[in-house]
Amino acid sequence: MSVDAATVRHIAKLARIAVSDAEVEALAPELNNILGWVEQLQEVDVEGVEPMTAVIPNRMRLRDDVVTDGGKRDDVLANAPAAEHGFFAVPKVIE
Amino acid sequence: MNLTDLGIAAIRDGVRDGAFSAREVAGAFSAAVEKGRALNAFTVETPDHALAAADAADAARASGDLKPLSGVPLGIKDLFATEGVATTAGSRILEGFKPRYESTVSANLFAAGAGMLGKLNMDEFAMGSSNETSAWGPVLSPWRRSDGGNAPLTPGGSSGGSAAAVAARLAPGVTGTDTGGSIRQPAAFVGIAGIKPTYGRCSRWGIVAFASSLDQAGPMAREVRDCAILLEAMAGFDPKDSTSLDLPVPGWEAGLNSDVRGKKIGIPKEYRIDGVPAEIDRVWEKGIELMRDAGAEIVEVSLPHTKYALPTYYIIAPAEASSNLARYDGVRYGRRALPDNGNLTDMYEATRSEGFGAEVKRRIMIGTYVLSAGFYDAYFNRAQKVRALIARDFERVWGECDLILTPTAPSAAFALGDKSADPIAMYLNDVFAVPASLAGLPAISVPAGLDDQGLPLGLQLVGRALDEQGVLNAALALEERAGFTHRPNAWW
Repeated sequence: MSVDAATVRHIAKLARIAVSDAEVEALAPELNNILGWVEQLQEVDVEGVEPMTAVIPNRMRLRDDVVTDGGKRDDVLANAPAAEHGFFAVPKVIE
Repeated sequence: MNLTDLGIAAIRDGVRDGAFSAREVAGAFSAAVEKGRALNAFTVETPDHALAAADAADAARASGDLKPLSGVPLGIKDLFATEGVATTAGSRILEGFKPRYESTVSANLFAAGAGMLGKLNMDEFAMGSSNETSAWGPVLSPWRRSDGGNAPLTPGGSSGGSAAAVAARLAPGVTGTDTGGSIRQPAAFVGIAGIKPTYGRCSRWGIVAFASSLDQAGPMAREVRDCAILLEAMAGFDPKDSTSLDLPVPGWEAGLNSDVRGKKIGIPKEYRIDGVPAEIDRVWEKGIELMRDAGAEIVEVSLPHTKYALPTYYIIAPAEASSNLARYDGVRYGRRALPDNGNLTDMYEATRSEGFGAEVKRRIMIGTYVLSAGFYDAYFNRAQKVRALIARDFERVWGECDLILTPTAPSAAFALGDKSADPIAMYLNDVFAVPASLAGLPAISVPAGLDDQGLPLGLQLVGRALDEQGVLNAALALEERAGFTHRPNAWW
């Protein structure tokens, strides 16, 4: 299969990365090369193989359902590009 | 005595014995960091941090309260969140980010008495094998070819600043991280040691995430013993990382023993690949001879899915990265770009377009593609199945040998710019490193010799899960016999 300019634009949209026409032109062959190269996995017989989920057997730990954190609003906001009134500030979302 | 020639053990012991003060050590290394700026190994210098830890160490000695790393100054890869100290992961998108918390690994090191000389340059988000993807410019290797040409060489990547700092004696030891070779390949390129422990040994909490099922922290230093000392301080169970292993940390330094008589060392035939320079084969043969000389039994083994490891990695790692890097949205931290009259989506797209470099965008795009509707099964799910087969290869081989010996990288360090036009050529650098990453196994690189141009070559030892001790011990045996004492001539 081949990634064309329209597909590159679609992926970029999904990834929320603005791309210029020049970037689309450069990315299409690059992505095709990489995807063509990983295509060799199609020749592996994976019949009956479970996809790996953990490299080292480990159990999922659960903690008690209680508040263990919090009261860190100022820490959380300290690195925000824009913060107002104790909240993250973003461009207007609802017209 | 030049204090910056000392390693971790020598500094620790010298401070303990009163041969010199911790403050002298921190001062000497901080001066070396400043003098070494031409290498571009550090993104931030923190001499005050190192000196404060040194003063605490000197006070601790006076009061008899020395800790395992008292008096040892370290470099910290810029992937580790350090409280109040800029942490950028080599990316413009994190420009100005000063974490309000400390990563578990760096906190463990500081609690053990270590100080921080600064933050170490790296490939952007650890995506790269040459340090050329860093937003802050490439790190230069302290090594140069012996042919008289002064072509700037790569220190490898992604832990390129870490590798250069240790090789150039700007730091006695450093932290690195390894997702698909990012500790081992740079260690090999600059003639130092570096170990990636078993997945889950070191907490990932506070390490900027690249590919969470692969990312592991580990130490880099000039000697195997120093790696053991540092790893012991870095590792340990952390409830804040759901994949952290709830196991005691062995006393790896105390357990060091270079007697490998009777150990079986596997030589995987699939690692003999076409197009690898003869000097790589030669150093591998030399390593085999040294291990045989040390009394180990050499056995040929087969890891049949080896050739699929790299393409598997280049599906799984970008997929996880595309998910992990979704957090850089210009809202919560780092850089924001907002076009005039732009809405929220415009802000996301502009922020990520301006903030990420070309390689990071490429990997996010690949990851987004392989996870997208209609392709998930063909790419991602299949890669996870092949990954299971790669892990199974190792499981089977552990019935025939105790450790696996391979070259670390398929070449010596290359010149900056040599591979940047061809992503796949760059990816092939990690062909020998990636299988152990996919299987989560402990693996070390130790310097083993020089190539015809006077550049270091490394050998890799891979062990069973949780057998860091076996890996370290075999590496020590190799180190003792290889007798690698070369160092770069200071031109910086």
